[in-house]
Amino acid sequence: MSDTPLVRLDGAGKSYGNVIALRDVDLEASPGEVTCVLGDNGAGKSTLIKIVAGLHRHDTGTYTVQGEEVAFSSPREALDLGIATVYQDLAVVPLMPVWRNFFLGSEKRRRLGRLDIPFMRATTRDELHAMGIDLRDVDRPIGTLSGGERQCVAIARAVYFGAKALVLDEPTAALGVKQAGVVLRYIVQARERGLAVIFITHNPHHAYPVGDRFLILDRGRSIGYHTKDEISRDELTGLMAGGAELEQLAHELERGLRKE
Amino acid sequence: MTTPAVAAAPDERLARRSPLRRLLGRPELGALLGAVALFVFFSLAADAFLRTGSFSTVLYASSTFGIMAVGVSLLMIGGEFDLSAGVMVTTSALVTALTAYQLTLNLWVGAAISLAVTLALGLLNGLLCVRTRLPSFIVTLATFFMLAGLNLGVTKAVTGNVASDSVRDMDGFDSARAVFASDLAVGGVTVDVTVLWWLLLVAAATWLLLRTRAGNWIFAVGGAADSARAVGVPVARTKIALFMGVAFCAWLSGMHLVFAFATVQSGEGVGNEFYYIICAVIGGCLLTGGYGSAIGAAVGAFIFGMTNKGIVYAEWNPDWFKFFLGAMLLIATVVNLVVRRRVERSS
Ligand SMILES: Nc1ncnc2c1ncn2[C@@H]1O[C@H](COP(=O)(O)OP(=O)(O)OP(=O)(O)O)[C@@H](O)[C@H]1O
Ligand SMILES: [Mg+2]
Repeated sequence: MSDTPLVRLDGAGKSYGNVIALRDVDLEASPGEVTCVLGDNGAGKSTLIKIVAGLHRHDTGTYTVQGEEVAFSSPREALDLGIATVYQDLAVVPLMPVWRNFFLGSEKRRRLGRLDIPFMRATTRDELHAMGIDLRDVDRPIGTLSGGERQCVAIARAVYFGAKALVLDEPTAALGVKQAGVVLRYIVQARERGLAVIFITHNPHHAYPVGDRFLILDRGRSIGYHTKDEISRDELTGLMAGGAELEQLAHELERGLRKE
Repeated sequence: MTTPAVAAAPDERLARRSPLRRLLGRPELGALLGAVALFVFFSLAADAFLRTGSFSTVLYASSTFGIMAVGVSLLMIGGEFDLSAGVMVTTSALVTALTAYQLTLNLWVGAAISLAVTLALGLLNGLLCVRTRLPSFIVTLATFFMLAGLNLGVTKAVTGNVASDSVRDMDGFDSARAVFASDLAVGGVTVDVTVLWWLLLVAAATWLLLRTRAGNWIFAVGGAADSARAVGVPVARTKIALFMGVAFCAWLSGMHLVFAFATVQSGEGVGNEFYYIICAVIGGCLLTGGYGSAIGAAVGAFIFGMTNKGIVYAEWNPDWFKFFLGAMLLIATVVNLVVRRRVERSS
């Protein structure tokens, strides 16, 4: 593995009209590493990864992939460079069968443009099986799967299509303890396979065990960027809370005033 | 559809989905049951209904709407509407009749010009929708009125009349009529050539939807456009192509008009767009997109044709037709909803 990170943002910024969602943020992700992006609701985590994924273009700063500067105009371009993203809303089409969702946008075809349906069905089943999900019927609409299962389908899809970088937007947010554990295990699995993983979460307890680097965002700004040996779990949790501290204080004062 | 892989690893699945449940999951099931019920009903209510002559009349009526319903249902699965589809048929017919007559062209040339113009209209509808991101309902409502006005205005300006001049004696009429508006005897039954076009289009659309990448994309852009874009589906291109598909069907129907009647009434077609949509919805297409089938739309068109002609054979006042159509639309929508909910819950 070379020293240039696979994905690198320098001073990236993005605004939606007059809302500045992201300002001067650095990030890098290298093969075999998990980079965690932490922050409260509205901190700009999704905005950050939408830039990485090619869904939005950054307004300021630079974005380089394997040392080359890029400005994607569609997610397809990012995908072609091996950057696959699993979105918070998962980017699945609920009414379509699991296997059609698995291959959506990268369909396997035979001669005359005919879909290779047996291959796609079997592959979907096998890939999910390899991740420990035993789907009885890959013809089910994906909307009928549980949140964790859908998450795993989305991750399995990205891994199968040869992603070099895997971007996960809050994959554990809607999950129970057990299912979150399953997803965290896949993240480690992906790292072992040599993928560069960018893992977005607002839960430091999910981030710390799997992460190698931590970027903490607050209201669109970076308030800390550390490697694992620089920071302990408690410090990380503390940093996360820092942004909310003032608010907390205000609440307490208010409560105190009401009592009097 | 069992695959070898399924057979090789049967232990994976505790209970395979029964064939009955698979059937219940098909979007066209409700329509199929409705069609059978209507057929039985009209067979009992109208003696004339079961004659072979009546059957070809019903099939003809079904096909003229069914051809459009193919394009409209695909568009609807792709999550859009086209309210200009009805008058676009007339536009397409008028372009052929007027250009060929005024410029004394072979009618095949007129048909080719019309094809280009009609596809351009579809392209325009599509571009307007994807570029402005306005609901297609509004965009095509606008183009509907514009086309309706153009049909009348241009025809009157060119011919001084509300109808185009007859093209019956012009070059190419007979050969084009054979292609677009003839009938054939198939085993003692007269079958209009439009029925063949209809079946061909339904088969092609079904293959497209279920067996090609484009079909996957159509379901995806209708079901969740943002998700589709995120995994690399060209959403705008797919939607534009669907509008052009409707335009192609409009051209085919327009050619039938020209070569069946030789003159074209410029005010025709208004209101037909709703019949196409009704065929698609009765056939199981979801109004919100992402679900439906071309075969369902064909069954919907057949129901439409049966009701339309069955009421005549039963010697009822044809005014009742619209009431029946509305009632059927309501029933079909509810049945589809119930069937789909049940299947989703139990699978
Ligand atoms: N399309 C948009 N238009 C306008 N403002 C937006 C848009 N998307 C996000 N924002 C704003 O940008 C800020 C950052 O949003 P973002 O979605 O990146 O936050 P987040 O960290 O992912 O939050 P969450 O934890 O809730 O997912 C928020 O203030 C949000 O309201
Ligand atoms: Mg977010």
